[in-house]
Amino acid sequence: SDVFTTKYGGKNRVLLIPGDGVGPEMMFHVKETLRAARAPIEFEEINLNSKTATDSLIDQAVLAVKRNGVCIKGNIETDHNNPTSQSVNVSLRQRLDLYANVVRCKSIPNVKTRHDNLDILIIRENTEGEYSNLEHESVSGVVESLKIITREKSLRIAEFAFEKAQKDGRKKVTAVHKANIMKLGDGQFLASCREVAQRYPDIKFETMIVDNTCMQLVSKPQQFDVMVMPNLYGNIVANVCAGLIGGAGLVAGSNYGKNVALFESGTRNSGRGVAGQNSANPSGMLFSAANMLRYLGLDQHSSVVRNAIINTISQRNVKTVDIGGTASTSEFMKHVLDEIHQHTPEIDGLSKF
Amino acid sequence: IKRFYSSVPEVRKVTLIPGDGIGTEISASVQKIFDAAGAPIEWEAVDVTPVKGVDGKFRIPQKAIDSVNATKIGLKGPLATPVGKGHQSLNLALRKQFNLFANVRPCKSIEGFKTPYDDVDIITIRENTEGEYSGIEHTIVPGVVQSIKLITEPASRRVAEFAFQYATLNKREKVTVVHKANIMRLSDGLFLKCAREVAEQYPNIKFEEMYLDTVCLKMVQNPGQFDVLVMPNLYGDILSDLCAGLIGGLGLTPSGNIGEGGSAIFEAVHGTAPDIAGQDKANPTALLLSGVMMLRHLNMYDHARRIEQACFDTIRDGKNITGDLGGKAKCSEFTDEICRRVRDL
Ligand SMILES: Nc1ncnc2c1ncn2[C@@H]1O[C@H](COP(=O)(O)OP(=O)(O)OP(=O)(O)O)[C@@H](O)[C@H]1O
Ligand SMILES: Nc1ncnc2c1ncn2[C@@H]1O[C@H](COP(=O)(O)OP(=O)(O)OP(=O)(O)O)[C@@H](O)[C@H]1O
Ligand SMILES: [Mg+2]
Ligand SMILES: [Mg+2]
Repeated sequence: SDVFTTKYGGKNRVLLIPGDGVGPEMMFHVKETLRAARAPIEFEEINLNSKTATDSLIDQAVLAVKRNGVCIKGNIETDHNNPTSQSVNVSLRQRLDLYANVVRCKSIPNVKTRHDNLDILIIRENTEGEYSNLEHESVSGVVESLKIITREKSLRIAEFAFEKAQKDGRKKVTAVHKANIMKLGDGQFLASCREVAQRYPDIKFETMIVDNTCMQLVSKPQQFDVMVMPNLYGNIVANVCAGLIGGAGLVAGSNYGKNVALFESGTRNSGRGVAGQNSANPSGMLFSAANMLRYLGLDQHSSVVRNAIINTISQRNVKTVDIGGTASTSEFMKHVLDEIHQHTPEIDGLSKF
Repeated sequence: IKRFYSSVPEVRKVTLIPGDGIGTEISASVQKIFDAAGAPIEWEAVDVTPVKGVDGKFRIPQKAIDSVNATKIGLKGPLATPVGKGHQSLNLALRKQFNLFANVRPCKSIEGFKTPYDDVDIITIRENTEGEYSGIEHTIVPGVVQSIKLITEPASRRVAEFAFQYATLNKREKVTVVHKANIMRLSDGLFLKCAREVAEQYPNIKFEEMYLDTVCLKMVQNPGQFDVLVMPNLYGDILSDLCAGLIGGLGLTPSGNIGEGGSAIFEAVHGTAPDIAGQDKANPTALLLSGVMMLRHLNMYDHARRIEQACFDTIRDGKNITGDLGGKAKCSEFTDEICRRVRDL
């Protein structure tokens, strides 16, 4: 069997959803990577994507995540031309109450970018705001879209951000908002962050308006440490930051709820344009798998995977085209697996760790 | 009486709102450069500091409103944010009065002023009257706030039409509509639909649709791929600042607020810079380039081109640039250098 066990014979079941675009290819590489690292993971697979999505399959996926507690998934495309179709990604997040989205954008040595030495941790409220899905066309040609900000969820995400900042030894949290325009909604978000900040006197707290934030990000991004924000601004800031460190192919994203976690790409795009060409960068999804291993307490497996990706890029100088290299996905993977093998010697069917 | 080029017959009267802080210095600089270039503009300077009316409320002086009403065109320096409460901000008053429905911000890399990004030449066009700035918010129950984003078909169509007209007049190749219709499928869906319909009437302009997040991602990786962008209010607010950041910040970016019937107000996007006000240190480039946009709006293309070139040449040359650009020149020295060059062009 390809399933490795932990020291005590246990294994972790994880739900895997391949999704659309490059998702299925990326998941194939995730599986081969975890196998090489002898991670004690058993996958349950549900083939949920834009073509197969039905209410009952989505129900099944929600149930499976609840049962397993952990999920890794590719992005599911939304047909935005059909007014009745809903984003499956959003409904999974909302039904599982995955309230915190975490994206870390850290510069990788040997990836040429315009700004160096970045290590920005973006924490995004993941269940309300502009993604509340409350819209109506009161009269023809006039649409109202409701953005909902609650004190409860604002406090919850602020608490998450400060906890995480403290745990990771970070120095500063910046709350991003547009409270000068949305005085009540963003105002409440900001007030909640301020309230929580007072309980963490060792962590510096700053606020910044979202448009200025974007300008600062492209001119002096090193000033940022941890950032916390409502849903839509998180979408914007995470994509800007991903672009700053080298693009969509490099960044992982995690979503946390009370007893569940879901791992995916940081920018949450499906990469339709690069699918099926053996050219996509698997690093982001592999970093995501490494984050999943850490969440499951498999710290050493996690480090092996993470280091294998970084060594491949930084030391072996093997890079896919999106970050200025010439390697195909499979060439890149060959080096990653080789790195893993070197650090994970064979011990007859047993996990090294 | 001044004489101007015979090819430009008429002198156009324009309302000038010099503004506060460095506003007076940079406005004077712009006037001087326009004079040197022989631009057929007659300035009517007005003060917009709110005055107390008979009802006790503070308002923009009627004289200022009348002036813009008559000229239809304004050039505006930065204004100090009024501290007193209870009166409309000037921006809001002007926007309402002239129905300034589109905000246009060109961001073009300036040769000689190095930033991590070169090769930027982007026009952001932002819907300016509705969207997330409708100002309608309610506390439904304590702790639960709803903010309403309003998207209407007429406003969406109008700004899309303006974007394509702008692209045509300014010989641009592509218009990208920025949206988030995968999440806000009715509201952004409507905006997108209007843009698509308008695009069909402009077969010579390339049309592209892109998610807001994808634009953000690609913008910092390769801004050269973008040309004209059109989008709802909030996205425009954010992306126009992001683009300004790419070329070196608000000190260099001009903007124009376009209204119905040809009315328009052009302004520098930066603030009053009280820290350097009155010291002859300010950089007038943003206001000058706003003036250049204004000239193009008035079909004075030749004067626009000459002034712009003189300004860019001066910056590229680097000998007479202001402190914010890394030089040592005074505002007046920078201005004189542009005047000298523009006369020879
Ligand atoms: N794993 C990946 N490796 C390399 N590039 C990626 C990867 N995932 C996404 N990208 C790139 O990030 C950008 C945004 O991705 P997105 O999914 O929005 O685009 P796409 O689905 O490829 O769409 P399009 O049809 O516009 O090409 C694209 O340029 C895409 O090629
Ligand atoms: N045209 C300019 N030339 C030189 N420096 C400028 C210019 N505009 C802004 N700055 C500088 O940029 C910084 C921020 O300027 P800004 O005008 O936004 O000031 P501010 O204090 O925010 O004013 P306000 O309250 O009017 O917004 C200041 O240090 C200022 O000196
Ligand atoms: Mg702004
Ligand atoms: Mg300011």
